[in-house]
Amino acid sequence: MHSDKTIPATSNIGSYEERAASFDWSVAEAELGWSEGDPINIGAVCTDRICEQGLGAKLALLWEDSHGKERKYTFDELRVATNKYARYLQDIGVSPQDRVCVFMDRIPDFYISFLGILKLGGIAQPLFSAFGPESLVVRLQDADTKVALTTMRHVRKLRKIRQDLPNLETIVVVDCPDVSKLKEGEVAFSLDAAEPVEEFEAYPAWRETPSVLHYTSGTTGKPKGALHVHGSVIQQYISAKWVLDLGPDDVYWCTADPGWVTGTSYGIIGAWANGVTQMIYDGGFSSEAWYKLIAKYGVTIWYSAPTAIRLLMRDGKELAWKHDLSSLRHLISVGEPLNAEAVIWSEETFGKPFYDSYWQTETGSIIITNYPGMDVRPGSMGKPFPGIEAKVVDLQTHEPIDEPGRVGLIAIKPFWPSIMRGYWNNTPGYFSKFDRGWYLTGDRSSIDADGYFWFVGRDDDVINTGGHLVGPFEIESALLEHDAVAESAAVGTPDKVNMEVVKAFITLKPGFEPSDDLELEIMNFVRKRLSPLAMPQVIEFATTLPKTRSGKIMRRVLRAQEWGEPIGDISTLEND
Amino acid sequence: MSEDMKEMVLEYVREEYVDEDDEDTELDYDTPLISGGLVDSFSMVSLKVFLEKKYHIQIPDAKATPEAFDSVNKIVALVKEYQD
Repeated sequence: MHSDKTIPATSNIGSYEERAASFDWSVAEAELGWSEGDPINIGAVCTDRICEQGLGAKLALLWEDSHGKERKYTFDELRVATNKYARYLQDIGVSPQDRVCVFMDRIPDFYISFLGILKLGGIAQPLFSAFGPESLVVRLQDADTKVALTTMRHVRKLRKIRQDLPNLETIVVVDCPDVSKLKEGEVAFSLDAAEPVEEFEAYPAWRETPSVLHYTSGTTGKPKGALHVHGSVIQQYISAKWVLDLGPDDVYWCTADPGWVTGTSYGIIGAWANGVTQMIYDGGFSSEAWYKLIAKYGVTIWYSAPTAIRLLMRDGKELAWKHDLSSLRHLISVGEPLNAEAVIWSEETFGKPFYDSYWQTETGSIIITNYPGMDVRPGSMGKPFPGIEAKVVDLQTHEPIDEPGRVGLIAIKPFWPSIMRGYWNNTPGYFSKFDRGWYLTGDRSSIDADGYFWFVGRDDDVINTGGHLVGPFEIESALLEHDAVAESAAVGTPDKVNMEVVKAFITLKPGFEPSDDLELEIMNFVRKRLSPLAMPQVIEFATTLPKTRSGKIMRRVLRAQEWGEPIGDISTLEND
Repeated sequence: MSEDMKEMVLEYVREEYVDEDDEDTELDYDTPLISGGLVDSFSMVSLKVFLEKKYHIQIPDAKATPEAFDSVNKIVALVKEYQD
């Protein structure tokens, strides 16, 4: 155990124990200046409200891409720009509660249009820009998405599936240099060219009005659309303030892609609801480039992920020490368990540890975490956020476990402001997440005698690769579309950088033989259809796959084999 | 030989990572692939598999860094290191 001395005693949260003991959500509501019964609109909270506080001239966004192109927006410019999007979408027929997807790289238009959609009262549906056509089509069909906002680079993928999306009325291309390049049903919009919209009356959303629809992968079936509400900002605001320790003089960098929940809850909402200056980089990973950005912009708060930290570790401390990283004052990590080695390495390299935080798409905000000034136990997830009652419960009975060190499912007492309010079109799936008065996360953990949570792993077949959840069913379905594949099973296999990566076990149809070329062809086949995350990084050709007597492939047998774990009950295994 | 390899790798990158109807992406031997966002770190794995199988080499994971894969020229230099 050690104490981090780099966080001042005056951190926003102060004493975690005192906050936790006295907390109720009215504390967060009062801090945000909101009262029960008032309207609350995330788009307005992050822009209009900050300007009303006299911070209109403050920088909201420092943006740079891999080519060195830069843009800056003050909060007042952000306010007007989000108004432009809200007005434009209104003009093309978007109504409150219509789903509008944002499918772009990390360009300013992503962040601005996201808030513009919310200002209008639409439901923002962010999608990861590396998604291939098959990943896109299931999400857009399920959400009945009305309008898609995208760029020339990504519109091609939408064109390939357009015929399968009868309810997608309009595709808006936000960087179209020449309208003759557009197809039927596509229109161009330019934020820079649009007339300023000084006033736009934000939709008077209530606390329970739907706001954001984030899709997440499950172990079976289609991805599930976790539906969030405008009232989530209460929790995103206070957790950004207390966990990330965002303050008025900070320059904050959240490295998460806004196609995923961290990139919106904390890469947009939590940060700007606190009136904080954000740096955003639209480029691929490079240790050198990242350190240069920290030094150039004087980043003070850095919210990143274990996979990135492990890549930084691979490039060595010396590379970090070549750059002036003295501006950094607080480092936080999310997405997958942060291993103790990474915590210790960051302390040795940056003079401060990364603080692990834990939450899910469904929880909407940080749920269990380490706090500024708290004793960090390297490898531990930390303790529940004030106002959150979290336990581990028995894997079978879901009864709470009080015995320190015993592994169970992480369970949280509903409800909290940012919890999802449903899975889109999937009410049974939503209710299956609750039992005996608990929300069941599907993650396993133990709690030590001092109340620290220690992550163990998923309790299902979902693969957590590089902090992103990938559903095996989606991968297996895509594999089966390949001409050569007869049967497939996708499981996670250990990986030093990404914690786990996708491994596919495949049996081939008659007439096909395993080969290097076929292996590579199958990898690229899945990558292009679904996404790079879903691409099997390892393929094993097999003559048969383990199945139950009823013919169901037993992924858990293959997974156990990969992880060197006990296979468990195989009484239902089919005999060869 | 080196020019052939460069052209082969460039062609593979164009075919696998650039959309067939993408007329806007410019690609040459020095185009930043990883840091430029054209190839992400996950997709890099299939590029590594391609190189290993095509050139009958084994690139250690520790050497398969985003920096080492960041352009066709850098990739070719890496491959040659393991061919020798």
